[in-house]
Amino acid sequence: MNGHKLETTASRPIDFTPPSRGDAAHSSISTPWTARNGKAHVEPNAARRWMWREARHFLSNPSATFGAAVLLVIVLSALLAPILCPGDPMEMVARPFLAPGENSAHALGTDSMGRDVLAGVVHGARVSLTISFAATFIGLTAGIAIGAVAGYFGGPADAALVKLIEVVQSIPSFILLIVLVAIAEPSTTTVTVAIAIVSWPAVARLARAECRAIREMDYVLAARSLGLGHMRIIFREILPNASPPLIAMSSVMVANAVLMESALSFIGLGDPNQISWGSMIGAGRDAIRIAWTPTVFPGLAIVSTVLAVNLIGDRLDDALDPRISGERQ
Amino acid sequence: MSDYRTIRRTVCTTFIQAVATMLGVVVLNFFLLKLAPGDAADVLAAESGAATTETMTALRARFGLDDPLPSQLGAYLNNLVHLSLGYSPRYGMPVAELIGQRLPGTLALMLCALVIALASGSFLGSLMATFSGRLVDRVVSIATLLSYSIPGFWISLILILIFSVELGWLPSGGDHTIGAQLNGLPALLDKARHMTLPVISLALFYLAVYARLTRASMLKIKSQDFVRTARAKGLSPLRVTTRHVMRNALIPVTTIAGVHVGGMLGATVVIETVYSWPGLGRLALEALMARDFSVLLGILLVSSFLVVAANATVDLLQTRIDPRIGASR
Repeated sequence: MNGHKLETTASRPIDFTPPSRGDAAHSSISTPWTARNGKAHVEPNAARRWMWREARHFLSNPSATFGAAVLLVIVLSALLAPILCPGDPMEMVARPFLAPGENSAHALGTDSMGRDVLAGVVHGARVSLTISFAATFIGLTAGIAIGAVAGYFGGPADAALVKLIEVVQSIPSFILLIVLVAIAEPSTTTVTVAIAIVSWPAVARLARAECRAIREMDYVLAARSLGLGHMRIIFREILPNASPPLIAMSSVMVANAVLMESALSFIGLGDPNQISWGSMIGAGRDAIRIAWTPTVFPGLAIVSTVLAVNLIGDRLDDALDPRISGERQ
Repeated sequence: MSDYRTIRRTVCTTFIQAVATMLGVVVLNFFLLKLAPGDAADVLAAESGAATTETMTALRARFGLDDPLPSQLGAYLNNLVHLSLGYSPRYGMPVAELIGQRLPGTLALMLCALVIALASGSFLGSLMATFSGRLVDRVVSIATLLSYSIPGFWISLILILIFSVELGWLPSGGDHTIGAQLNGLPALLDKARHMTLPVISLALFYLAVYARLTRASMLKIKSQDFVRTARAKGLSPLRVTTRHVMRNALIPVTTIAGVHVGGMLGATVVIETVYSWPGLGRLALEALMARDFSVLLGILLVSSFLVVAANATVDLLQTRIDPRIGASR
């Protein structure tokens, strides 16, 4: 379910590395992190100015602003869920199959068990977002660590890790996800870890390709000749310069994680003690001929979340691609 | 002559790589099987209703379940070489046979979805690239981004709601009309009617991926010198687009299509369940519900094998399509 999208990003460094890094003057204009004189050189003012300019430019794009606004609303409703819809969202509160608007206390109606659909959507946002962001964070960290080791050191470690990545990527990720969650018994933690396990290889691949390219740059050679340690070179010289495509990839990962989490809970592999968008759709499915609203609203919540993240990701992609961001400066 | 030798060498390296990857998948699969709760002795004991500790020990000794791990792995590999994936007590037949029964249904679904997604995706992508920045591009971009963000299980339910429940045009599930004795063309048409909705649900996501990818790579190629030459020598815009730009732009698209076999296999789990399509994906879910890990891991293995085979085929095809890829090895 996720391999495809991650792959499109993973294949990107091929077309995007040479022009950005080959031209030192160019990259020193487009990001303030560029190392000069063998040292990672971060000018606080330049960095702040750069970020401010990027933020303003980001918001000048209507679709990205729309995405950011939608995501903000969803994050806020997740945070304020206990205030917006107090009580247990899995509790029966009214007559089953209440149509939306029929009772002002339950704006989106109720499902087959008399549970409030709005409360479910709002509380479901918590589960979805928590799992997606946590899984992305773990997957990103593990992927970058493994990719950096493979790309920086090369040799047998690289060969072994590349094979491992290939093996994990050969297993259809959603089927692996199902097997992992079924073995470990579904809970918020196991679902998060399982999503991270299926999503790190794509990050590792990208991070490895970036590190390999950057390892050959003159400023890395300079840092090495100054006698800096490997860890310091990786963290201070290489990773900051490898970060733009990885940041762009993280938005794809969040979108994928939301989709995977919802599909898992739809087939009944979510945390049974927590309401989630996928499980609401799974429950509404059986009664779809009687009432379609309990199925449609949680689905719209998933679509808006994923769409918002993708809109932001598209913009990040453009903003972080030095060829495009360089043009406008 | 040397050309023939290069091809043979490419085929050999690709094959060896594929076998090595598959071996890695098998080992990973074996350890997942060991991690899964319950072994064959537990299953047999559960089937017979009761078992003493002595019987369990005897059973384990008979199946070699108390051997050290390496020798168990050896036995597992030996079974695989003889195309045996174990026995499913729940279905009362060998796992390999069970998978063999369900595989054609899934492959038919995937193949149709892949063809539709590739054809309409590259068409929409070239449409966007040709009119880039104009209204057509904007509208199609938003449409593809939307279909990129919709979870497969949810759009399946919505399609059922619209086309089966409300309009009554298409069947909502199964792979043939129950009770209708059809042969020849009517049977084929009946099958096609049942396939329409699942294929659309499966293809929608990938259609968006291919459209976006085609657009990006066509825009990149359009600015290259050989396209300018083609235009300068007076070729019609349509011919430049189809013969010069599209041909090159589709190379990255074919790479991704191989990777998508895995993603589609994962997506079929959910989509076949919604449409009660008798395929591998639904079998995976049934096995999951029964916690029948021998079937589940057999599916994992077979689907990984399909992915490895697809990747190897794409690798070989690419050296045919684009001579530069073979030369760089």
